Amino acid sequence: MSYPLLSLAIWVPVAAGIIVLATGSDRNAGLARTLALAGAMLGLLVTLPLYFGFNATTADMQLEEIHAWIPNFNIRYHLGVDGISVLFVILNSFITVLVVLAGWVAIKNKVAQYNAAFLIMSGLMNGIFSALDGMLFYVFFEASLIPLYLIIGVWGGPNRVYAAIKFFLYTLLGSLLFLVALIYLFLASGSFSILVWHGLSLDASVQIWLFLAFLMAFAVKVPMFPVHTWLPDAHVEAPTGGSVVLAAIALKLGAYGFLRFSLPIAPDAAHELTWLMIALSLIAVVYIGFVALAQKDMKKLVAYSSISHMGFVTLGFFMLSSLSVEGAIVQMISHGFVSAAMFLCIGVLYDRMHSRQIADYGGVVNTMPKFAALFMLFAMANAGLPATSGFVGEFMVILSAVKFNFWIGFAAASTMIIGAAYTLWMYKRVIFGAIANEHVRALTDISRREFLILALLALCVLGMGLYPQPFTEVMHVSVENLLKHVALPKY
Amino acid sequence: MAAHTMQNLYLLIALAPLAGAVAAGLFCRLIPRWLAHTAAILGVAVSFAGSIIVFQDVQAGHSFNGNVYTWLTSGGYSFHVGFLIDSLSVLMMLVVTFVSLMVHIYTIGYMRDDPGYNRFFSYISLFTFSMLMLVMANNFMQLFFGWEAVGLVSYLLIGFWYTRPSAIFANMKAFLANRVGDFGFILGIGLVLAHVGSLDYKTVFERAPELASATINLWGAADWSLLSVTCICLFIGAMGKSAQVPLHVWLPDSMEGPTPISALIHAATMVTAGIFMVSRMSPLFELSTTALSFVMVIGAITALFMGFLGIIQNDIKRVVAYSTLSQLGYMTVALGASAYSVAIFHLMTHAFFKALLFLGAGSVIIGMHHDQDIRNMGGLRKYMPITWMTFLVGSLALIGTPFFSGFYSKDSIIEAVKLSNIPGAGFAYVAVLAGVFITAFYSFRLYFLVFHGAERFGKEHAEHDAHSEEHHGLAHGQKPHESPWVVTMPLILLAIPSVLIGFFTIEPLLIGEYFKGVIAVDAVAHPVMAEYAKEFHGAVAMALHAAVSPVFWLALAGVALSWFFYMQRPDLPAAIARRFSGINTLLENKYYFDKFNDLALARGARLLGEGFWKFGDVAVIDGIVNGAARLVARLSALLRPVQTGYVYHYAFTMIIGLMLLLAVWVAPLSISK
Repeated sequence: MSYPLLSLAIWVPVAAGIIVLATGSDRNAGLARTLALAGAMLGLLVTLPLYFGFNATTADMQLEEIHAWIPNFNIRYHLGVDGISVLFVILNSFITVLVVLAGWVAIKNKVAQYNAAFLIMSGLMNGIFSALDGMLFYVFFEASLIPLYLIIGVWGGPNRVYAAIKFFLYTLLGSLLFLVALIYLFLASGSFSILVWHGLSLDASVQIWLFLAFLMAFAVKVPMFPVHTWLPDAHVEAPTGGSVVLAAIALKLGAYGFLRFSLPIAPDAAHELTWLMIALSLIAVVYIGFVALAQKDMKKLVAYSSISHMGFVTLGFFMLSSLSVEGAIVQMISHGFVSAAMFLCIGVLYDRMHSRQIADYGGVVNTMPKFAALFMLFAMANAGLPATSGFVGEFMVILSAVKFNFWIGFAAASTMIIGAAYTLWMYKRVIFGAIANEHVRALTDISRREFLILALLALCVLGMGLYPQPFTEVMHVSVENLLKHVALPKY
Repeated sequence: MAAHTMQNLYLLIALAPLAGAVAAGLFCRLIPRWLAHTAAILGVAVSFAGSIIVFQDVQAGHSFNGNVYTWLTSGGYSFHVGFLIDSLSVLMMLVVTFVSLMVHIYTIGYMRDDPGYNRFFSYISLFTFSMLMLVMANNFMQLFFGWEAVGLVSYLLIGFWYTRPSAIFANMKAFLANRVGDFGFILGIGLVLAHVGSLDYKTVFERAPELASATINLWGAADWSLLSVTCICLFIGAMGKSAQVPLHVWLPDSMEGPTPISALIHAATMVTAGIFMVSRMSPLFELSTTALSFVMVIGAITALFMGFLGIIQNDIKRVVAYSTLSQLGYMTVALGASAYSVAIFHLMTHAFFKALLFLGAGSVIIGMHHDQDIRNMGGLRKYMPITWMTFLVGSLALIGTPFFSGFYSKDSIIEAVKLSNIPGAGFAYVAVLAGVFITAFYSFRLYFLVFHGAERFGKEHAEHDAHSEEHHGLAHGQKPHESPWVVTMPLILLAIPSVLIGFFTIEPLLIGEYFKGVIAVDAVAHPVMAEYAKEFHGAVAMALHAAVSPVFWLALAGVALSWFFYMQRPDLPAAIARRFSGINTLLENKYYFDKFNDLALARGARLLGEGFWKFGDVAVIDGIVNGAARLVARLSALLRPVQTGYVYHYAFTMIIGLMLLLAVWVAPLSISK
């Protein structure tokens, strides 16, 4: 393939964002929306060849693009994808389309800027997933925060300043140590190439320090316990689209970082610190599950549920078996669909009632039956019901956990009860029952646009649940290669 | 028939009800009622007809084990969707599709006035699909799929009337209680995969004997038999689905759903999934006497103690529901005694007569205009003759009247328990014997109160459902009426096997070779069925022999006592309840399981969550985060006075700094000189 597909995946949405930005004020809001949708769809279109042209039989990087960028420090514009990252580029571009659609009516203020922020962020995030140069990765990693800050800060809720500052405090601390680690690796290898770093021989103690530095950056992003408290606040303040991107994509950046940096660069440290990572993951699964149960705000509840589900991801990574790592990646993708759908569903309700409080609802099924049916599907997916995508990753991770250690499996499997409890209890209080108040009585069922968005996600959730093989097929070789690499001592 | 044709038929059997469900469900607002129910009934009818063909094919010696598609491969494991068609699965397919077909037809009458008519058909067809996937599975993964899918449909159907607070509480409770079971189940599946490396039944069962002596270290130095732990985990799944104590709490509440699904899901099919599952796993359970003992004791507790609760219920459906719990206990006891074939046999006869009883109860409920309190009934036999006769048949089958199907299956269970010698068998034997008396007592209490005695309906009674706008019960002077033919026809069609099927099938199922190669029994360690076969001298002899067995007389005594209490001296039960008010309170509170679950588990979990959140997240973690932010603010406040903005301050500071630096650098140099 002669086209620089990855560059297109990054720069098409960015360019589209700049064009949308050029439409200026809200007088051209309609044009801005249309252009944004066209840009997002074009962005999705250029990523599709990634999957269909992907060679699943090799663990090598594919579609590589290498150009010198800052030769003095051997920093290169180096892109490429393997079986692990390719799916996230597509997922990200897909979610962007939905986000543009989701904000179609609800966003009336600074429409062009809003859509531009999402498009630019989408491109930058594709950059993160395809960067193979440490500094390039870092630039994308940090730059992608700016649109997210803006989205929360400008279109967010009343407490957005606190949320944004909290977010900033957390990520700043992590990112700085990450940068230090990158510079150390450059000094040790004379290169910023991530692939070169993978082959680097490092002392055990150095690996531990590197691992911890990476951990600071990625754990905040995932987020892992105990650096997770920024997420519920960020979600609550973010507009629907912001929450969707945050949950579906941004949380995956940290998890992806573990696979691209922590495990291959510091494998011995990973082995050494397995107990810590598993313990933190299980706390996320169990403790956060209980916290979710106590939430009165729907968005907070789903935010905590996200943290709990991401606990499965990190748990899967650090059990270091093919089944568990692939299960974790599957869980990441599924969580992209399901959490996006959950936040979109809450957005549908919020757009109508301007409340996220569970107590303000009740009996929504009476006035919004179509919505209730779709929301039920996503709630069940969130609870990990078989035939939905939510089941696949959990199933794989739980099974590998039981093999790893019965009691770890036991703790992980408890999500089957807790996850169902908080999800269905929320669903019951919001959707079921007699009509709770006049506001609920006045609700109108979802529009065609809303139906289209949710139905697309429903197809993804069901499709992946019924036939996950196409998703895991592409990652087998890369995951095997990663695990083989991690299994070898590096010093 | 060619093998290929048969494989397409298996697919058709499973998918036809799904097609019906999709048609009735996706377009539930667009299509007329007749089209929805025709589509749904057609799908199930196709499945039933197909199952008959498959049954004949299996009888001719053709079983099938193959995959439809590969669901997932990962890490050297592969998971499939596939079918195992043998004598066990085809028996389940016949039972499921037949009862489902009856219930589909019955629903036309029962749900006639319900606005959710099409949706209801969609759900019950979806249920049939899920249940078929469960019984036709050839691996644990698909079993789990079907297992959870039937749980989902059960959830949707218990909460079918979603505006009723009791219904939407009951459906959540059912889902969560089942999830507790599934939690154990998935751990069991995980252990299977971890030690066998495959989830395909065939591979697992072949490899199981190698694992017989394997151990697993759970805590301390004690090593547990791997298979015991695995089987108990799997059985915990069965305890959820088949409502065994202490996970039984959801089943009585599930009566909040419409009656047809109580018959189909909560009596005949879904709740027996656990029984089916353990029978399917007989090659594993046979290797662990510990697990079998556990199974038997749990079953015995359920059989006996849930029966007691049937005595004091006044809601017609709840009486039948507690009898279902108790009968599921019987089946479980049979599993524990290694009499898997007997458990399946009772599962089958029970499916017919219990579906009959539930549908009969539904017919009574229609006749009574949705009043379910048996204290407001009485003398209905005059008004509802078909319902009355078929209900009597069902009750006679349930209490084990000789020659009725329930007699053969229940008596066989009692016989098997008597022959069993594993730990717990003695207790179980007493429990199942006492259960016979209790079953007969509450069944005929129900029967007499509903169909005989004084007519108590049509009086003004104070109990109106506070949450429902519709009026319940018959108005003053109004008489009950027999239900339409779509309701009574399924009753008659279910009454026939309730009488006959035991007599005709006991010999092939229990003595003959029907389950050969499908259900494995370790004849040396657990010789129950071999001894049972020695004592069996034909169905007629067995029924005649009943006259000299205690079982028969216990049942008769139960009927006689209920006749005395409820026909002769209706004042007595209340007097006894007063006399033994302690026991009565215990029973009315259902042994306080619900109270415990509400207070300790549900509220406990919420409080725990609240505590974690308010203390862990808000106070500690955010305390540190916000504290750090404030600390930075305070520190910078301390430094802020330095930034005065006056040039001479800065110049002065620079000079001092320069001097200090020079001092630090130069002083050591001069000293060393």
